[in-house]
Amino acid sequence: MIHAFQFHDYYLILDVESGALHSVDEAAFAVIQAWEKGWDVYGLPYPERQIREIVQEAEELKNTGRLAAEEPTPPAGESGETVIKSMCLHVAHDCNLRCRYCFADTGEFHGPRGLMPPEVARKALDFLIAHSGHRKHLEVDLFGGEPLMNMETVRAAVSYGRELEKRFDKQINFTITTNGLGLTDEIIDYLNEQMHNIVLSLDGRPEVQDAMRPTANGKGSYDLCLQNMKKLVERRGDKEYYIRGTFTRKNLDFTQDVKHLRNLGFQQLSLEPVVLPDDSPYAILEEDVTRVLEEYDTLADYVFQSRQKPETWLNFFHFMVDLSGGPCLKKRIAGCGAGVEYVAVTPEGDIYPCHQFVGHTEMKMGSVIAGELNEAIRSQFQGCTLLDKEECRACWAKYFCSGGCAANAYIYNGDIHKPYARTCTFLRKRTELALGIYALEHME
Amino acid sequence: MKHIVTIEKPCINASANTGCGECQASCQSACKTSCTVANQKCQKQAK
Repeated sequence: MIHAFQFHDYYLILDVESGALHSVDEAAFAVIQAWEKGWDVYGLPYPERQIREIVQEAEELKNTGRLAAEEPTPPAGESGETVIKSMCLHVAHDCNLRCRYCFADTGEFHGPRGLMPPEVARKALDFLIAHSGHRKHLEVDLFGGEPLMNMETVRAAVSYGRELEKRFDKQINFTITTNGLGLTDEIIDYLNEQMHNIVLSLDGRPEVQDAMRPTANGKGSYDLCLQNMKKLVERRGDKEYYIRGTFTRKNLDFTQDVKHLRNLGFQQLSLEPVVLPDDSPYAILEEDVTRVLEEYDTLADYVFQSRQKPETWLNFFHFMVDLSGGPCLKKRIAGCGAGVEYVAVTPEGDIYPCHQFVGHTEMKMGSVIAGELNEAIRSQFQGCTLLDKEECRACWAKYFCSGGCAANAYIYNGDIHKPYARTCTFLRKRTELALGIYALEHME
Repeated sequence: MKHIVTIEKPCINASANTGCGECQASCQSACKTSCTVANQKCQKQAK
């Protein structure tokens, strides 16, 4: 399978099954598409000699596995064991913001507000270690609600995690996702020391942030959050962080938000479409799709131009792609690992396939207190790889999204096997743009 | 080649020593609401 597309004035061809990327001239763009489908290429409006040259080049690439490659077969893997390696720890089902689009129902996750006791965090980490098999690198994301509302448990989890690392010869990479409101100088230094990655939630322009992310008492949060985040990033050195925002149908000109964040000095940026049912006033509807795709074009131009100069350079998460390495085939087929390698734990110690499933009680898959794990739910997710979804298997972008987000599929289509088409459209667009930027940056 | 310039060679690595699983879960990086696997690093290459 190939995917032919244009970026700026360039004609690009992605060889889907091998991941090779080619830049071609206009004639080759037409000829290779017809050749790959087995059509009569000599009917195309180019000189016969030119078509013959192109076909010869295409055949040569095919023979070396760089064009029209066959679907590869994944290896069995090194160990064959099924382990849990990543955990999203909901240390606080409470929040000091009242974000209008919150999938966590402003922190409550459709249940009572509550903080995770330190003991539950320790049980969760014990559970993680017990299910991690021979896996050395483990990940724990301190999540919420707003995790800074429960620093007692954050500190208890990290401190206990460090003990477990030594005892079991593991490396636990802690990350935290915070709105920044509760950051103090002391907490900033603590997080910068202990966190492998820090995700700071900020939506962009002040009017966007203040409208969408008000405080619990209804005030704007931009000034307070920004001040704290700037301090954290300034002191973070070269350690990983992301400013991660959400866009809704109220700010479909979201390139302006990315620009705003970059102009504030932040270089690691992520901005994602909101995930909400269509009856929400903030949901991105079918009628908005064209506008969003156009805006992604605008954003890609801005990102590409910005990356040309050190003083404006930035990384946009959804335009990052590694074509010289990146994940192996097995990872690309397995996807995010939700419900299999990755689980979320609530303040009460209940286990869910991922943070987005929390509150969907039919998907509760165990308890870290009781040490139970429902293998029936786990096996549903195990059987939900890219190879299990025919629709995805036929899609050119399959190795970039791995079959999409199971939670989106479940929430919108009621079935983890049925990807949510609107997010697929956005993903394909972002992938084309990411490949386009990559191509321009890696051409002679 | 005259008409085709390869920008990047094949990267879908299906060789026998892959699939160790030591890499980061994609949702632990910055997404949390999408599945963004292709921009994750291979832990073996990161070493």
